[in-house]
Amino acid sequence: MEADGGCRHGLVSLTVGGPAEQKELTQTPLLKIWVPWMGSSLNRRRGSSVPQFTNSPTMIVMVGLPARGKTYISKKLTRYLNWIGVPTRVFNVGQYRREAVQTYKNFEFFRADNEEAMAIRKACAAAALKDVAAYFTKEQGQVAVFFVESMCDDPDIIAENIQQVKLGSPDYVDRDTEEAMRDFIQRIKCYEATYVPIDDERDRKLSYIKIFNVGSRYLVNRVQDHIQSRIVYYLMNIHVTPRSIYLSRHGESELNLLGRIGGDSGLSPRGQRYAKALAGFIEGQNISNLKVWTSHMKRTIQTAEALGVQYEQWKALNEIDAGVCEELTYEEIQENFPEEFALRDQDKYRYRYPKGESYEDMVHRLEPVIMELERQENVLVVCHQAVMRCLLAYFLNKPAGDLPYLRCPLHTVLKLTPVAYGCKVETFFLNIEAVNTHRERPTNVDISRKPEDALQTVPDHI
Amino acid sequence: MDSEDVIMETGSRELTQNPLRKIWIPYKNGLPEKHTFQRRVCMTNCPTLIVTVGLPARGKTYISKKLTRYLNWIGVPTKEFNVGQYRREFLKIYKSFEFFRADNEEGLKIRRQCALSALNDVRQFLTVGGGQVAVFDATNTTRERRGTIVKFAEQNGFKVFFVESVCEDPEVIAANIVQVKLGSPDYINCNTEEAVEDFMKRIECYETSYQPLDEVLDRDLSYIKVMDVGRRYLVNRVLDHIQSRIVYYLMNIHITPRSIYLCRHGESDLNIKGRIGGDSGLSARGKDFGKCLGKFIEEQNIKDLKVWTSQMKRTIQTAEVLGVPYEQWKVLNEIDAGVCEEMMYEEIQESFPLEFALRDQDKYRYRYPKGESYEDLVQRLEPVIMELERQENVLVICHQAVMRCLLAYFLDKGAGCKVESVCLSVDADLTGSLVSITGNANIMGRIHLKVTTSFSLLSEMNPDLNSNFCSAL
Repeated sequence: MEADGGCRHGLVSLTVGGPAEQKELTQTPLLKIWVPWMGSSLNRRRGSSVPQFTNSPTMIVMVGLPARGKTYISKKLTRYLNWIGVPTRVFNVGQYRREAVQTYKNFEFFRADNEEAMAIRKACAAAALKDVAAYFTKEQGQVAVFFVESMCDDPDIIAENIQQVKLGSPDYVDRDTEEAMRDFIQRIKCYEATYVPIDDERDRKLSYIKIFNVGSRYLVNRVQDHIQSRIVYYLMNIHVTPRSIYLSRHGESELNLLGRIGGDSGLSPRGQRYAKALAGFIEGQNISNLKVWTSHMKRTIQTAEALGVQYEQWKALNEIDAGVCEELTYEEIQENFPEEFALRDQDKYRYRYPKGESYEDMVHRLEPVIMELERQENVLVVCHQAVMRCLLAYFLNKPAGDLPYLRCPLHTVLKLTPVAYGCKVETFFLNIEAVNTHRERPTNVDISRKPEDALQTVPDHI
Repeated sequence: MDSEDVIMETGSRELTQNPLRKIWIPYKNGLPEKHTFQRRVCMTNCPTLIVTVGLPARGKTYISKKLTRYLNWIGVPTKEFNVGQYRREFLKIYKSFEFFRADNEEGLKIRRQCALSALNDVRQFLTVGGGQVAVFDATNTTRERRGTIVKFAEQNGFKVFFVESVCEDPEVIAANIVQVKLGSPDYINCNTEEAVEDFMKRIECYETSYQPLDEVLDRDLSYIKVMDVGRRYLVNRVLDHIQSRIVYYLMNIHITPRSIYLCRHGESDLNIKGRIGGDSGLSARGKDFGKCLGKFIEEQNIKDLKVWTSQMKRTIQTAEVLGVPYEQWKVLNEIDAGVCEEMMYEEIQESFPLEFALRDQDKYRYRYPKGESYEDLVQRLEPVIMELERQENVLVICHQAVMRCLLAYFLDKGAGCKVESVCLSVDADLTGSLVSITGNANIMGRIHLKVTTSFSLLSEMNPDLNSNFCSAL
């Protein structure tokens, strides 16, 4: 029997007669998951550290007047769900309308008595729904529907919304600010007359969350399953207060210098200088109420120590556990575990080190960190390369394939500031030299490749 | 930035790794500095006072006890203060509902005194008693009473979070009364009909003066209103991390009757050799346990049973025998013994005698070098607990340390004795045993534990084992 987690040959001979032998378990080489070698249907969830509890597809339906944050919530929620491994897509009917109508004239399009426009809008909604149905490839089972209604009567918030996202919309690309503002307010009025909010009595059988005034109050009705519960929890933790998140790795470490991965070494002399430089940089940024987080590993803590402020240690921020490869150089990994090394290059996101972790495992371990980052305001996270890649992928909406190759060099601070629907990134290299620890994907990822092909992209070290 | 070599000014603060917990802590002049925090669940510097609100028989005490158990398990020192208890201690004998009449001056005075006495104990607990969260369990049905509490909290620098339970379903209320109130010390000498009648009148005493939390009048308070046993929630002004966790927890619990089955994997090859950790397969006896387990589960005739395993071979092999779908959770993996993985205790004693001794000193907080502690385990198991609360019938096939942590949650053992008592009464007996936990929701969250050993899996329980558990309750 080949221990490769699959059936190499077309036919398999079974032992017939007598009590059924317990099937042999084999560990899949990439994910390091134990499966019965025949590919039993009993184990539903192959791969991933956390079972996926979403057996039936879910359609989240936004409800609310214009400029209530529906698209903001849609995009943010989608980003979060994709990051935790739930494939999610946004279907924005406004987009369909822009494609159908091409040029936006003015708010008259949205008047309740504009029959021609109504027909177009209905067609757009229908087209979007059709695409939703196509997106759900699983035909069996019902689609669970969850409504998210955003209600806001604070004129300041609405004005701020319009400023931030509407004025830059393709609809208003040729207008001046005042004209656009006036038109948009008229647009909202078109909807106000016919707006029927979700009714707590009449709609009591629906599953929904109502968000009031950007989160000061929530009404949650009939949460059906795990994913809806997670969605509610997420929505209740996000906020729109302006703030910045600073991501940095620890200063260069002794093991970094030697080209060794993992371990728990201290800072090199250059790393110590970085820590001081970081302190200076942070002071210069003049941040109010900055929280500082580190991992439990010496190098991040040493870096934070130089800041002279309180910091919190999170075990969840520890670097990826490289298992049997801890403290080895890439050359040593190639020599001792050439197959593992190749598998990692084949699928770096899902690849789990023997007795260690994968990037996918790390995303799940970092989820509480993300949740708390959403709750907080100004935070500096001093962490590690793989950790920083996972966090960055969340904020910048990078897919799993790109995540393990995001560039997070030493001695560089990334400042993330939420703006409109996304995140502004500013990079600050603090001018203290450090080794490069970024290893690109080599061209040859075949298990049978030559050592020089495998080591083609290894950065220099002592 | 100048380019001169900079002497690390933190030279005055040396980082040393605490030998027990393997945490790096700065030391100054040989003493540990207090400026760093371990990631503690409760990030508020000020303590929190949770205040229940609701008519009698709305599940306030059920929620209080459950919430307290959860918070303590995740490491937030929490205690509940039930004003009814204070009243019972003061009065000694309960006569009838007349005590609760709105016009009973004497009764009102005593009840107010009891509330104040409880608040006093709350203050003690949260200031000098090491408490982080106090749950003030009483009806608190008037705005006036709640105002008093808010003032008390303000004076002492506590944050307040209200948890109101609203329910008008007569069936639910009746079930509550039958399951909980009839067994109360108040009705120890009454027959069922008398007790029910009296209690209904008791509820009436509160009804006229009941002022539920109001969306407008109470818009500045932080609260969650739980309606119809969780069908609907209104959440207002969640202020911080701990309140957010409390809301999430309350929104995930339910009272549908169900059973949770916990067991270890069958005996493994490394078990036989006396080696810890690793990822070995089942021994012959281990496979037998799997078969026994399969038969037992079948005979239990459990509706919609979910089966969970870790991602280690031995639990998966055990589940495979059952012949039903199962889900693998990495977080259910056994505690990582780091450098001690696959060693025998004798070898650990020989190679790492200091580590071995430290572990015995504080088994809960002790972290294996390059490994984990029980404390770390609890943190990684929290999503499992949350999902167990959401689910109904579940069988969890896991490992010794993991099972202890899960059991400790259900048995409500404090962090200190979490391991010890479970250890003493259950340790050797957990091998090949199945623990079933039936959450009978309406009985004050008390848990009915049944322990069945593999060699008698098909029928009876081991009575000695059972009594050990009951005393551990």
